[in-house]
Amino acid sequence: MTAILDTEANLAELPDDQPWRRALRRLVGRRGAMVGLAVVLFFVLVAVFADHVAPYAATATDWSAVRKAPSAAHWFGTDEIGRDVLSRVIFGARASLMAGVISVLISLSFGVPIGLLSGYVGGFLDGLLMRIIDAMLACPFLILAIALAAFLGPNLTNAMIAIGISAMPAFVRLTRAQTLATKVEDYVEAAKAVGNSHLRIVLRHILPNILAPIMVQATLAIAAAIIAEAALSFLGLGQQPPAPSWGSMLNTAKNFLDRAPWMAWFPGLAIFMVVLSFNLLGDGLRDALDPKHK
Amino acid sequence: MGRLKIALAAGLLLAASCAVASAESVLRIGLNEDPDILDPTLARTFVGRIVFMALCDKLFDITPDLKIVPQLATGYKWEDDNKSLVITIRDGVLFQDGEPMNAAAVKYSIERHLTFPGTTRKGEINAVTAVTVVDDHTVKLSLTQPFSPLLAALSDRAGMIVSPKAAEAGGDKFGNNPVCAGPYKFVELVPQDRIVVEKFDKYWNKDKIKIDRVVYQPIPDTSVRLANLRSGSLDMIERVPPTDVPTVKSDGKLNLMEIGSIAYLGITINTNNGPQSKNPLGQDERVRQALSLSIDRNALSQVVFNGEAVPGNQFEPPDNFYYNKDLPVPARDVDKAKALLKGAGVEHPSFTLMVPNSTVEQQVAQVIQSMAAEAGFDIKLQATEFASALQLSTKGEMQAFQIGWSGRVDPDGNIYNFVTCNAPLNDGHYCNPEVDKELKGAREVDDPAERLKHYKRATEIMLKELPIIYLYHQKLIYALDKKVAGFVPYPDGLIRLQGMAVQ
Amino acid sequence: MMTYLIRRIAIIIPTLFFVSIIIFGLQQLLPGDPALALAGEERDPQVIQFLRHKYHLDEPLPVRYALWAGGVLRGDLGESIRINKPVLDLVLEKLPVTAELAFMALLISLTIGITAGVVSAVKNGTFIDYGANIFALWGLSTPNFWLGFLLIILFSVKLGWLPASGFVPPSENLAQNLATLVMPAFVLGNASAAVLTRHTRSAMLQVLSADYVRTARAKGLDERVVVLKHGLRNALIPVVTLGALEFGTLLSGAVLTEQVFTIPGFGKLIVDAVFNRDYAVVQGVVLCTATAYIVLNLLADIAYFLVNPRLRA
Repeated sequence: MTAILDTEANLAELPDDQPWRRALRRLVGRRGAMVGLAVVLFFVLVAVFADHVAPYAATATDWSAVRKAPSAAHWFGTDEIGRDVLSRVIFGARASLMAGVISVLISLSFGVPIGLLSGYVGGFLDGLLMRIIDAMLACPFLILAIALAAFLGPNLTNAMIAIGISAMPAFVRLTRAQTLATKVEDYVEAAKAVGNSHLRIVLRHILPNILAPIMVQATLAIAAAIIAEAALSFLGLGQQPPAPSWGSMLNTAKNFLDRAPWMAWFPGLAIFMVVLSFNLLGDGLRDALDPKHK
Repeated sequence: MGRLKIALAAGLLLAASCAVASAESVLRIGLNEDPDILDPTLARTFVGRIVFMALCDKLFDITPDLKIVPQLATGYKWEDDNKSLVITIRDGVLFQDGEPMNAAAVKYSIERHLTFPGTTRKGEINAVTAVTVVDDHTVKLSLTQPFSPLLAALSDRAGMIVSPKAAEAGGDKFGNNPVCAGPYKFVELVPQDRIVVEKFDKYWNKDKIKIDRVVYQPIPDTSVRLANLRSGSLDMIERVPPTDVPTVKSDGKLNLMEIGSIAYLGITINTNNGPQSKNPLGQDERVRQALSLSIDRNALSQVVFNGEAVPGNQFEPPDNFYYNKDLPVPARDVDKAKALLKGAGVEHPSFTLMVPNSTVEQQVAQVIQSMAAEAGFDIKLQATEFASALQLSTKGEMQAFQIGWSGRVDPDGNIYNFVTCNAPLNDGHYCNPEVDKELKGAREVDDPAERLKHYKRATEIMLKELPIIYLYHQKLIYALDKKVAGFVPYPDGLIRLQGMAVQ
Repeated sequence: MMTYLIRRIAIIIPTLFFVSIIIFGLQQLLPGDPALALAGEERDPQVIQFLRHKYHLDEPLPVRYALWAGGVLRGDLGESIRINKPVLDLVLEKLPVTAELAFMALLISLTIGITAGVVSAVKNGTFIDYGANIFALWGLSTPNFWLGFLLIILFSVKLGWLPASGFVPPSENLAQNLATLVMPAFVLGNASAAVLTRHTRSAMLQVLSADYVRTARAKGLDERVVVLKHGLRNALIPVVTLGALEFGTLLSGAVLTEQVFTIPGFGKLIVDAVFNRDYAVVQGVVLCTATAYIVLNLLADIAYFLVNPRLRA
């Protein structure tokens, strides 16, 4: 996870005039990112309106229809205790998307303030915080997540907290680096000279100008977080049955690959499409926000 | 000089081809977990016992119908009102380091099991106070009081005889290089990778051993384990999940073998351990009876195990001698359950069922949840990681815990420590002096018919008070490559290599 | 330069101290009693007492930390409660396995990453660009265990080309050793490939529009020479140093891959130990991987410093 989140390399500084409109135009021009965005929006809509879209309840079992192949009644077939795979994929979108988004929100809520603080204040506090963050980064991400998830208890919410906290250090590093670079800019010096309070400077002048690379990383991190939830499910720590999540569906499905492959194809495809889309979107965002690229 | 080189090369080639030519028969077994310490005194896992079948013979062994037969012993006799057990030791048995196995070695081993720091065997043979060497091939075990499960204990790790010389030298690191009197001697153990053992050519029963080398490989993921077997990297796998049975059956290269096991899965109810027991389920036996009646055990077996689980309601499976045949597995009866609940004054009891977070256990719990709902139960499932669950259970921080037991040959091992007052596995703190009396009585008599009487009376009480609701007894399923012959499944789940061959 | 170096090395000490606190704390926080969890299914009270006493589980937390940390400084990483083996022995046994896996994964990810990155940069904006991108992203977009399992079904069960799991040491049989590591290395390296693709691509794009490349083009040099000789070599600088960092992450990221393919390395050891509450194993192994990661970071920083003439000036 930490490897996937780039830190300082290749993130250009932003010119501070009309960056958003130009970036937006560039973003729209990149086909990969647009496709990614479209897919993400599609799945978000599916997740939000799951109750109306799904033909069955996610946990409705039908013991007479165990492991049936895709048919008119069950477009994606049924699983090992007779539940409709299509409905579970739809409801699973909720779990997986939440796992992605909320984990990253947690990372951001802790990571960005700490990074801002560390970068802006500097000195001993910065040194101390960075040593702790370095230490967290040195521990294998998945082990931190597993230990935290085991500590909190195996369920989706705790998995999100565990992933969020384990992924936080990378955001701290990124925010801090951006803060350090922005801190010495003219407009920040000017704001200081005029007598603005530190809090105002950080919130009004620094934070908006470093949001872009953070957003890029956040998008990519959502992709990684969805995969991380699937990994925790594989170990029995994520979403617990009977509630569906794509990761836990895949984990169960691999025992039935021979006789009921549809149990695996659909959640596997869903994860692949959503995660790929977030990755494309994130890459597109980065390219759009970096004026050196076409 | 050139000719010398050619001769050297030819010689090496010949030597190499000789080494390759002597085809060794190897059996590669896929295990469900990683074994722990290979020291019979300190060993703590079920899967370790599978490896011990190759390394260490025991005083006694069992037959597939759970009868005790001699192995390193040749016979036994109870004396002094069943307070002494005199065992005759087989002659001509050697340990894998060449030392002779005799009465002194037996005395050493049993005393080691009783007194070595950290021994996990003491609880199994606690009744033994002294071991005396009568002569070179006879020992006498003295007990404080009669203890009929002793023979069964001596047919397991507590009866494994180790080489005194090696054990003294090894101390608590003996498990890194165990030396016993079994058919195979230890070669290497790479943790989480494999355990390799090689035929011991001076084994006392060596005519029965036809395989030269056995490699045990722990592969916890059941689908990967099966994939290994199907691709030819393994010759045999244990504990095949019932859902993989059709795949094995349809693969022409594989054989399927199964047997009912002595293990069980049940729900332990907190009746008396702290504040969590103060709810209708924990306090009123009618509610527990209703729960048991609301479960269709046959359907449970069908849905989750494809029928590969034997419905049960007692601590022994229905085909066991000690099963109380007057109290058979009840059929589902939702109406009676509802009536019981009405009588207890609580028509919609609610409780939390703590379930270990493995896929199969979760499935079982979900099926029970939906079945019991029809009788009015509102069950909340709490998935808990196993190590945490253990502690929560012992501290009484649960209302009901879905947990099983791997099963012991002697019925005492399947019930005594679970329901007697203050016993270590009695998480619900159930305590009924009547039950204690019967279970103690069953330990002190030798005659199976007498013991059965005690167990029958105990089960009558327990099936009314239901400290544990038994659900089923899993079947042990093995998948083997067709080239493996002579394997006989045993209800204790262990793989005995005598008589097996790889063609 | 020297002061930079000394400062960087000195920083390692407080970082490692915090690593030890984090990993010790996490292990102790885990619910459940290690003695109970490891005493065996009979839960013999005497065994539980013995284990508690032997492994100081009944002492207060700061005492246990002091005992453990003191041992570490003397080279004693404690003992696995489950199999009675010193953690240091386990580490030394399994380090080569995970290291080999990580190394092969790195090779694979460098190959895929650099190739896809170069192709993508050179054909920027075209379908080949997107194609190369998606190919590289593929590894990041599929759960590890799922990809691994699919590969096992295809290459081991259906085709029989590769062993499904397990590990053969290179000293025993090099060919088989490589065969057991091909699939796990591919699964592991796939995810990093995407990261390296991105970096190679950006670095190449930056370099290709740089002055000295324009000069080379103006001189009339063949495009391929321009790309490979001038562009790639300079683009490689940040990429290779990143590669060194990736190695450290791969070393610790092998956790799930080893579980699926039953490779007896660090990853599998740690995961099993967490669930078994064999805390000394987790603490010892994580401390080692963290140290390796930190040292590799340091080496990468130094290499970057040395290799980048602009920073040195």
